[in-house]
Amino acid sequence: MKKFMFVNRKAPYGTVYALESLEVVLIAAAFEQEVSLAFLDDGVYQLVKGMRTKGVEMKNFVPAFRVLPDYDIDKFYVERESLEARGLTEEDLIVDVTLLSAKELGALMDEQDVVLSF
Amino acid sequence: MLHIVNQSPLCSTTLQSVARVAQGGALLLIEDGVIAATKGVDSPLSEIMARMPVYALLPDLEARGLANRVLDGVTVVDYAGFVALVAEHRNCQSWL
Repeated sequence: MKKFMFVNRKAPYGTVYALESLEVVLIAAAFEQEVSLAFLDDGVYQLVKGMRTKGVEMKNFVPAFRVLPDYDIDKFYVERESLEARGLTEEDLIVDVTLLSAKELGALMDEQDVVLSF
Repeated sequence: MLHIVNQSPLCSTTLQSVARVAQGGALLLIEDGVIAATKGVDSPLSEIMARMPVYALLPDLEARGLANRVLDGVTVVDYAGFVALVAEHRNCQSWL
């Protein structure tokens, strides 16, 4: 089993990166790898509660994050600096996350076998 | 870890994020990322260079007419050098 980390740095809906990342996460889960998700920069917006996407006619894919623990993906890491820079707190997020400093997150990246960036 | 950046530091915050998060290893600048390796450009590169070696891909510098403007301390590599860097690091991350 290899350690996979998915690094998410883009806000949802403006680009397709966030949705594509989630698709690949689900594929990795199917292959029973050790998967963790990291959210930094505008990527932290992917986890914000209360999205209503009807007006932009796009699927709100974010609730899918809530079912990832059913596929043994429950390691959600959020960089504290990025969250704070956007006026957000843990309470604003739809899943339970582990807040890490930039340095802690960097150290965790170094431990991975594979890092996929979105 | 080999950190690979392909975006201009003047149009994207990616290099700032690498400066904040990356703890060690090495940085390779490719495509528009090589702009950070050139003189007169304001970027967090000097901060990164204090912590890890920095490389820039020569074909991308040449394509942009920037090969004669490379900062001191940046090592210029060709495609074979790119491959060697990937091979000598345990893991790598292409920052988007």
